[in-house]
Amino acid sequence: MAKRIEVSGLHAYYGGTHAIEDISMTIEPRSVTAFIGPSGCGKSTFLRTLNRMHEVIPGARVEGKVMLDDEDLYDSSVDPVAVRRVVGMVFQRPNPFPTMSIYDNVAAGLKLNGVRGKRRLDEIVEESLRGANLWNEVKDRLGKPGAGLSGGQQQRLCIARAIAVQPQVLLMDEPCSALDPISTLAIEDLIGKLKSQYTIVIVTHNMQQAARVSDRTAFFNIAGTGKPGKLIEIDDTSKIFTNPEQKGTEDYITGRFG
Amino acid sequence: MTSETPAALAKAAERPRPALSMSTGRAGDRIFAGLSRGSGLVILAIMAAIAVFLVWKAIPALQDDKANFLTSQEWNPDGAPAKFGIAQLVFGTLMTSVLALVMAVPVAVGIALFITYYAPRRLAGVMAYLVDLLAAVPSIVYGLWGLNFLVTKMTGVSGFLNSYFGWIPLFGGSETGGRTILTAAIVLAIMILPIISAITREVFVQVPHAHVEAALALGATRWEMIRMSVLPFGRSGMVSAAMLGLGRALGETIAVAMVLSTTAGIDWHILKDGGNTFAANIANTFAMSGPTGRSALIASGLVLFVITLLVNVGARAVVARRKEFS
Repeated sequence: MAKRIEVSGLHAYYGGTHAIEDISMTIEPRSVTAFIGPSGCGKSTFLRTLNRMHEVIPGARVEGKVMLDDEDLYDSSVDPVAVRRVVGMVFQRPNPFPTMSIYDNVAAGLKLNGVRGKRRLDEIVEESLRGANLWNEVKDRLGKPGAGLSGGQQQRLCIARAIAVQPQVLLMDEPCSALDPISTLAIEDLIGKLKSQYTIVIVTHNMQQAARVSDRTAFFNIAGTGKPGKLIEIDDTSKIFTNPEQKGTEDYITGRFG
Repeated sequence: MTSETPAALAKAAERPRPALSMSTGRAGDRIFAGLSRGSGLVILAIMAAIAVFLVWKAIPALQDDKANFLTSQEWNPDGAPAKFGIAQLVFGTLMTSVLALVMAVPVAVGIALFITYYAPRRLAGVMAYLVDLLAAVPSIVYGLWGLNFLVTKMTGVSGFLNSYFGWIPLFGGSETGGRTILTAAIVLAIMILPIISAITREVFVQVPHAHVEAALALGATRWEMIRMSVLPFGRSGMVSAAMLGLGRALGETIAVAMVLSTTAGIDWHILKDGGNTFAANIANTFAMSGPTGRSALIASGLVLFVITLLVNVGARAVVARRKEFS
């Protein structure tokens, strides 16, 4: 069920602002790919083009191709809503639906996909919460509001919600930046477990995290304020952190930046 | 840059610092606090004065009343003996207002959703402005429009509803007309539309972007996103908007007084000419009432005051409950 992503010649814009320029890369299935780079370099924007969430912002648009196996996500016949059902997303701040219970949060996407029947829903909800390493902590309070959990639990709830619909790709936009180290460790363990089933792309500001969880790492950078972000290089994580091809990458990962 | 920093820090350290004992602008603080406290007290005093005035003026008529003030449907305070009750006024007021609410809320919520989530940004601005403009139309203009335009059209509509939907009890009965409770309710619905729409729009705009994106990223269509994120977040806001609209409808005077052809008695058939409300009754009969009559009208005004107060307190309570969630 995991799929390969192949991006070629991708540009993204916010109104008149050119946010990212000419990005091409291949993301392998059943692997974790990390995006690193300074703030404002377009890595989150690029991530959001992979499930067509970029265009949710008024005035935002995308040029180029994103192939999910052999389908172009930006083909005019493709419905963005259908894209988001196969490419799931986890955000920087945990965002469970505040008025819904833990159970309903996980079931929300299933209901959108027309999954009916209490027994079937119960099964998938349990499976997803187990998949997100959250089941044991919440199994006795599934009817309680999701907003009552701790930040780390909320983020795992959001991951459970995203994997409940069995997406082919899971995008994570700095999923641990609002969490404490213990919760971060829990999420990182989870990523390691999930990659056997999903294609995972994670944006992170934490280079140790990228080194710990990812198989491949992409480094993004900008030439200066107002300039579009670019992909500098993408390679195996071990290579990026020990012997990168580009001087810019080396400067960034060793902290000699700017 | 590194060489400049110590110099800049040293310069900042030399700047004179205010002593802890030196109070800056205490007098201004005290004056401002006094003024705002005074304004707050004035509101309480006005409320109390209105309540005392209403009770004071109502007592003589209530003592003279030979009918039951709460249950009688008659309004004849200047007769001998004086007989009057508020039953039909309560009925007419609540009926017109609730019908208005039932018609206005779905439309207002629809407008608010369209402006915030569907319309292109430029159109949305124009629409929001037009809806607000509706609120600025004086109620006498609504009254004139209701009487001279809507009433003539509603005669036919009433006949149609009666012959095809007469099986619904409210639309039944043998007579139909234009100056009906239904017509008054439509005028009221248009009048309360802007306030309900404006408040719900404001609530919808505040829906956190994270909730909207959470729904969209799960593959929700726009309508599904609205159902998952926007409406649950805005529910209590919509309730309080509706309550404020209800408060306005309950007290609306001149437009209703012009549209309704008042008759005595409670009649559930809303397609029939007739009906009466507190405010319309006061406006229509105050000028020709005797002393007991005026006192009786003030007593009815007191009841309206209490009803609108309760509605507003209810609205506030809903708004306050919402705070616990945010």
